[in-house]
Amino acid sequence: MESLSKRAKVLEKKPMTLAERAYLPAIFQGLSITMQHFFRAATKKQVTIRYPEETRPFSPVFRGLHVLKRDEAGRERCTACGLCAVACPAEAITMVAGERKKGEENLYREEKYAVSYEINMLRCIFCGLCEEACPKAAVYLQADKMAPPRFERDEFIYGKDRLVEPVTPDNRSKRGIQLTPEQADKLRASMA
Amino acid sequence: MTLPALGWQGLVVLATFGISLLIATYCTYAERVIAAFLQDRVGPDRAGPFGLLQPLADAVKLFTKEEFFPAGANRALFVFGPCLAMITALMSSAVIPFGNFLKFGDTEIHLQGIEINVGMLYVFGIVSLGVYGIMIGGWASNNKFSLLGAIRAASQNISYELAMGLALIAVLMMSGTLSLREITLQQTHVGGGWHIGDIFTWNVFKQPLGFVIFIVCAFAETNRTPFDLPECETELIGGYHTEYSSMKMGLYLFAEYVNVFVATAVMSVLYFGGFNYPFQYEFLDFLTNKTSLSADWAHNIFVLMGVVAMFAKIFTGIFFFMWVRWTLPRFRYDQLMRLGWTILIPLAIFNILLTGGLITFGVIQ
Repeated sequence: MESLSKRAKVLEKKPMTLAERAYLPAIFQGLSITMQHFFRAATKKQVTIRYPEETRPFSPVFRGLHVLKRDEAGRERCTACGLCAVACPAEAITMVAGERKKGEENLYREEKYAVSYEINMLRCIFCGLCEEACPKAAVYLQADKMAPPRFERDEFIYGKDRLVEPVTPDNRSKRGIQLTPEQADKLRASMA
Repeated sequence: MTLPALGWQGLVVLATFGISLLIATYCTYAERVIAAFLQDRVGPDRAGPFGLLQPLADAVKLFTKEEFFPAGANRALFVFGPCLAMITALMSSAVIPFGNFLKFGDTEIHLQGIEINVGMLYVFGIVSLGVYGIMIGGWASNNKFSLLGAIRAASQNISYELAMGLALIAVLMMSGTLSLREITLQQTHVGGGWHIGDIFTWNVFKQPLGFVIFIVCAFAETNRTPFDLPECETELIGGYHTEYSSMKMGLYLFAEYVNVFVATAVMSVLYFGGFNYPFQYEFLDFLTNKTSLSADWAHNIFVLMGVVAMFAKIFTGIFFFMWVRWTLPRFRYDQLMRLGWTILIPLAIFNILLTGGLITFGVIQ
């Protein structure tokens, strides 16, 4: 039969030679291989990532923990339209809408805002459909944060206190969903 | 023996005991690190610098775990098994000469627990007692897998002890003594003047075949891979220690490492010249004539270097044991028996005949 990969090797079953039966040459070969690995482990850079101290780099398009963005003036962008909750296939998002009062113009961008906005991180499948559905560019999945493990289930329900990004821009996620030009170039190169 | 000398000897015995335990403790750490390095991993590095406190963490873990007795187990024997394994493992290091003697004026301190003229026989007797620990523990567990492991251990030890003893006879034919100290001293090069170290007086160069047989049997005797069929995880879960938990389990694992230590110590005494090291007499000559040390201290430093050499040999041996463990797969049971009975024993007998012939014709003494 014609070999498809052309890499098939025909093996002949023949009695073992004395050297093979003595077993010791094979043992020494094996020992030398493991010894090479021993010195490689001692000298070359190891592939192990020591987790709490080192972290594996995230992909720039990684979909992690959600964030509710503010605009340039520091006002919340979310208007509680509910499109993200509708788009969510896991039904993880709930919200309560409220009307902006006088004097709150520096807090909320539109006249309607979310009084409460909760995402259940145990239900969320991090598909990013909420991000696509949002007409106000308010909800994003950060590329550099993950929902950390917790002991209690109710701690996984993230309210506005943990979702809205900090007022001071310095405290905000360094790597938002917007790719820097370098990241975009790198991504394009890796996809090409 | 005078009373102070007895006291010093007691200290040596205690030190031997402590060193055996310490080495066994750090063997658990070394095994993991070496295994990790051989497999391109990192190994334990969390407890203390480089993970050096890992054995302590393990001990705390083992001591605080639940003591579990399986239903139907013979409680007395279940406890006695690991104790016996540990006792026999620790007993055999008593006769190993870790060095020659230290001299302080008239007092001479032999760096050996007990000097008996049947040292080698003693080690063999104790080592073959060791299998009772495994056998009793495995039987008392009231578990098929434990019993199978125990039976395997027993039959394996009997088969390989035979070949080991026969390999040893060839050495004894050359040395004419069973005392480990005598055997060590016979491997010293006594001629004066310059010579290429003392290593060619080591028995391994006179008994290469016997050494190979001996080391293979030593692997089998200590139940180490590739002969670790008694604890064979893939077939027998954990073999004889399947039902053991907490420190009783720890004692079994510990006893294995003590056995490895003793096996390598015996091997370095029998085949690698024990506390002899290359250029030792040049070194002694240098210490007595070229430095301002007193004769006693020159001698003591020379002897302590021998202790260092002995431990270097032991550690190399232990490393080799671990290196082999993480290289070779386990033998099948029938392969193990065939290797023992049809290959190693005939080879060992051939080695005896060869040695006898060479001694008769005066090639070696």
